Amino acid sequence: MPYGIGILKGMMVTMANFLRKPSTVQYPETRLKQHPRFRGEDFVWYEERCTGCASCAKYCPLGIIKIVTSGSGSQISEGEKYKLETFDIELARCMFCGLCVEACPYDALHLGSGFERARERKSDLVIPLEELRSSPKRPSTWFRPQLEKKNHNPFEGQTITWSDVARPAIQDPDYEDMGKRWVDDR
Amino acid sequence: MESNNIFNFLKDFFNFLPPSLSWLNYIISGFILTFAVANVLLITTALFTYMERRVLARFQSRLGPNRVGPFGILQPFADILKLITKEDIRPTAADRFIFFLAPIVLVVPVFLLLAVIPFGKNMYIVNLNIGALFIVAVTTIAALAIFLGGWGSGNRFALLGASRAVAMLISYEVPMILALVGVVMLSGSMSLVDIVEAQRLPFILLQPIGFFVFFLAATAEMNRPPFDLLEAESELVAGFHTEYSGTKFALLYLAEFAEAVVFAGIFATLFFRGWQNPFVPQDWFQFFPSIIWFFLKMIFFLFIFIWIRATLPRLRIDQVMSFAWKVLFPLSLINLILTALLVTIWPEPSTIELWLMVIINLAVGLLCLVLFTRFLEHNRIKPTQSVFLATKQGGQ
Repeated sequence: MPYGIGILKGMMVTMANFLRKPSTVQYPETRLKQHPRFRGEDFVWYEERCTGCASCAKYCPLGIIKIVTSGSGSQISEGEKYKLETFDIELARCMFCGLCVEACPYDALHLGSGFERARERKSDLVIPLEELRSSPKRPSTWFRPQLEKKNHNPFEGQTITWSDVARPAIQDPDYEDMGKRWVDDR
Repeated sequence: MESNNIFNFLKDFFNFLPPSLSWLNYIISGFILTFAVANVLLITTALFTYMERRVLARFQSRLGPNRVGPFGILQPFADILKLITKEDIRPTAADRFIFFLAPIVLVVPVFLLLAVIPFGKNMYIVNLNIGALFIVAVTTIAALAIFLGGWGSGNRFALLGASRAVAMLISYEVPMILALVGVVMLSGSMSLVDIVEAQRLPFILLQPIGFFVFFLAATAEMNRPPFDLLEAESELVAGFHTEYSGTKFALLYLAEFAEAVVFAGIFATLFFRGWQNPFVPQDWFQFFPSIIWFFLKMIFFLFIFIWIRATLPRLRIDQVMSFAWKVLFPLSLINLILTALLVTIWPEPSTIELWLMVIINLAVGLLCLVLFTRFLEHNRIKPTQSVFLATKQGGQ
């Protein structure tokens, strides 16, 4: 084979790349679409659903969620909840494992879908209660199959209210059917 | 000098000076012409750095700088502004004078080269009758400047890069000159203005081997990839300009890119008919401004430099040296002998004879390609063979 054929082949490969459309996207103007299950940098929290039980804080492996509550009276009756005074999530140390979201018994805390929470000071990386209250409610569908069933996509600008994020009520299981299926699967 | 359009225009413009001051007229017009051409080179170089970054980015499926100004065209000026405002650091181990001298010695020859290149019809600074020799002589100064920089830095990486550069540049000087001789023999003149006008057919057709050799040797001369091993960043930090910063670094950078621009102009002049149209007979397309042809050819060659940079990996020093002495040097000798024979047989070739010369040259070029392939294949130690040798020696 004559000398230089390999070089010419290589040149053609780079030329094919040159004629291709560049794969770079100009970020602030055009944004890539993320998957709805994308784990964002922020959290979505529904005050209406939260009882202040602090399960999220207990399950957090890094201990970065700080919850301070005060009792709402001498005796809590049904439907009442603790009064939240502080709910800080320190993002600087968060590893976005999502254990707090998994732990929440009332589906009040969700992973968010944003990725633009870069700040100049480390102290600004703490999400305070006010921001959790006021931030747009665009939860990621990570660990929330009920949102996926509703075809919720936070990257298309959809917000979702507190009454729609709940998982469906558990129906009484059909024990006979369950046992049969278990036997069949074996 | 009588047919130099711009110079005569300027001299006519300053005719209001009294006859006793005609020397002043001469100096002023000469200074204005030189100043303008040098600045055009500076601007072209700045735009070439922009072009290189954009085109290289496209080769790598990126976009490249596109934020400063429209399409990012002000990026080189932002770069220069940044480099000028940087601190000028000189290592304590450096030789103060030589360290300061190297960037200047590197930049000046590049601008000197521009003096002999005709960039349009009757547009040049000086019609030097030894223009080709001048090019060869002036490009050699770069080796000296690089060694000054490497030695003066007081840095081992810089010295290593510089010594590599000297070995490589001097080796590639030889085939480059010999390839240039073929062009000179065909045109019968060393003046670049005459060489352009002598090209009834572009010399790339009459000198395919010569062009191949000259192109590769010049690529090595201007330290562009794949021959950029004097600043191989994976081995030596940055080669001879490791210790340079600020304005001095900007000068070294400028010299590197300006040399590429000037050499693109030299290729266009020597092998692609300079300011004339590239392929059809000489008297066609007279209405088209000659300077535009020249710049189009320059951009074409600059694009090829970038294309090569995007494709080929850097060579090892032994590969570079053996390529110069075992491939380019014999090829340039073959080209020299062939051209000498053809010029002796047909001193005043007609059009048919000219095309016959083209066919003979291409045939010999192809033959050389096949022969050198066999030679290189024969000399290469195959992996299995080397393993066999190693085990045999180890066993004994």
